[in-house]
Amino acid sequence: MRKVGFNNKLLPYILIAPQLAVTIVFFYWPASQAVWQSFLIQDAFGTATEFVWLENYETLFKDPSYFNALVVTVVFSTAVAALSLGVALLLAVQADKHIHGAGPYKTLLMWPYAVAPAVAGVLWLFMFQPSLGVLAKQLRGMGVDWNPLLNGTHAMILCIIAATWKQISYNFLFFLAGLQSIPKSLIEAAAIDGAGPTRRFWTVIFPLLSPTAFFLLVVNVVYVFFETFGIIDAVTHGGPAKATETLVFKVFQDGRLGGDLGGSAAQSVILMFMVIALTAIQFKYIERKVHY
Amino acid sequence: MAEVSLKQVKKSFGAAAVIHGIDLAIADGEFLVLVGPSGCGKSTLLRMVAGLEEATEGEISISGKVVTRLEPKDRDIAMVFQNYALYPHMSVYDNMAYGLRIRGLNKEEIDQRVKKAAESLQLAHLLDRKPRQLSGGQRQRVAMGRAIVRQPAVFLFDEPLSNLDAKLRVQMRIEIKRLQRSLGVTSIYVTHDQVEAMTLADRLVVMNAGKAEQIGTPMELYNHPATLFVAGFIGSPSMNFFPANAAGGTLELPGGQRWTLSRQVAAQGDVTMGIRPEHLTLAGANSPAGHAILPLYVELIEPLGAETLVHGRLEGGKAELTARVDGEAAPVKAGSTMRFAVDPRHLHLFDRTSGARLQ
Repeated sequence: MRKVGFNNKLLPYILIAPQLAVTIVFFYWPASQAVWQSFLIQDAFGTATEFVWLENYETLFKDPSYFNALVVTVVFSTAVAALSLGVALLLAVQADKHIHGAGPYKTLLMWPYAVAPAVAGVLWLFMFQPSLGVLAKQLRGMGVDWNPLLNGTHAMILCIIAATWKQISYNFLFFLAGLQSIPKSLIEAAAIDGAGPTRRFWTVIFPLLSPTAFFLLVVNVVYVFFETFGIIDAVTHGGPAKATETLVFKVFQDGRLGGDLGGSAAQSVILMFMVIALTAIQFKYIERKVHY
Repeated sequence: MAEVSLKQVKKSFGAAAVIHGIDLAIADGEFLVLVGPSGCGKSTLLRMVAGLEEATEGEISISGKVVTRLEPKDRDIAMVFQNYALYPHMSVYDNMAYGLRIRGLNKEEIDQRVKKAAESLQLAHLLDRKPRQLSGGQRQRVAMGRAIVRQPAVFLFDEPLSNLDAKLRVQMRIEIKRLQRSLGVTSIYVTHDQVEAMTLADRLVVMNAGKAEQIGTPMELYNHPATLFVAGFIGSPSMNFFPANAAGGTLELPGGQRWTLSRQVAAQGDVTMGIRPEHLTLAGANSPAGHAILPLYVELIEPLGAETLVHGRLEGGKAELTARVDGEAAPVKAGSTMRFAVDPRHLHLFDRTSGARLQ
């Protein structure tokens, strides 16, 4: 790598300043605020603030509802990440084939990404609404006692479907671009070498797609941890009986609605470290299997 | 024994016909080259033999077995692609072993075959490398190796040298020919480069617009091109053409020169006359009798060392002409008029409208 020097000592700092400012204002500052707040207990009216060290954290770890939120999050995120990646890959492989009407097909598949999370949530809520929903009616017709308003598992399935549906477009776009960058002659060479379609996919296409898949895995994990808030808020409000209360939803629930700013801050700090750790683990272990 | 035969093979994409019925019989161990300008259908034809493109009509058989509707893997062929199509995520070894593993060969057999092929292609020290760590020539060799280890009935080459620089191309060309000779495997080779085609081929198929213009050995095509297209395509620099008028035994050139032909020409009226640049020799005082003389106004000379290319116009006419003369010969100067002699045996005559050769 060639090193290029700046004659002006100040210029490099000025050039990175905007980026740095954005990072500081929108990440480091709020993050450090959260860390600081997580050491405080404030009464509901904000009149008295007390520095309590790790008491907020202790309370959290003793709280069974926090553990519940953790389990919910793990179930929810695993399901959403796995489903949205899997389905998107399947759709992209289909779209990559020479099919009639591939253009409209691709366009339609990208649309859900333009839909706001809350709208997506409401959309699915309507369709699965026990007494009015089109799909709920079908399910009931098939003898399923469908009721996401009362049944926690049903509510979870509904949230997973809505969150997955929303994310598929994004994943699809990247997978399709990844597939299209694989030279056709490679697939042909594999076909001549005797590999059938399934084998070609797993031994040639998928390994070449692995950088894309890895990038999407990281992005999707961050997505399910944070950005699904809107969907859960619109579809279930974390209910019934906290069955769909994920960590990020609980942060909002306890802090904004419950007024427990210290506890909520402690939760966001834990959440932040969790995502950092997850990303680090992904980079450390999964990236090794990626062929660039 | 692996003969390949094509019977009235046609291909169309939708309404557009790109191959208009090709008949070919390739003998066991023969090196056949498909040559033609881009878009002539040569690659499509090769891909139909490979099974990557389905023939719209006709029949393709390999070793006596009809394979027209079979998958590529069931045709017992190996193919070398223009961009080599090496699997970028696999080592050189794995690239070569991939097809063998799919065929379910045992480990020792695979190892032995790969090592042997690597040895013969000077790749033995590169087996652990990834394709991106190799030079163009090495990648080309890996692609060859991948074809060889399979021990197929037929090798298919789709412009395998066109991504290499000129020097490497000549070197690899020789290597491919040597390899094909020693393995004795029937090969079909596609190229747009007529020099490559001439040097490699046992037989050549010159293709133009989806038709086989002529099939024959390189020398047959060079000496007796069946059409104007083949005449212009084979040979470098390409053949000089100019209009002429034939009447009985005489030819009238556009500059008003008249030639009396020693041999009988059936043609009458307007014809196209062709002379190869290398058949134009500087006319001296002792030019053999019976040689036709062409006065050429020299516009440009290109000295290449061993030989010199002389570009000019036929005196009294507009017809452009290129001559290829010995570099040591009497100095040629631009802006002068020189006399060139042609042995009438080297004269080619073509029908002006159909382009077919006239005897």
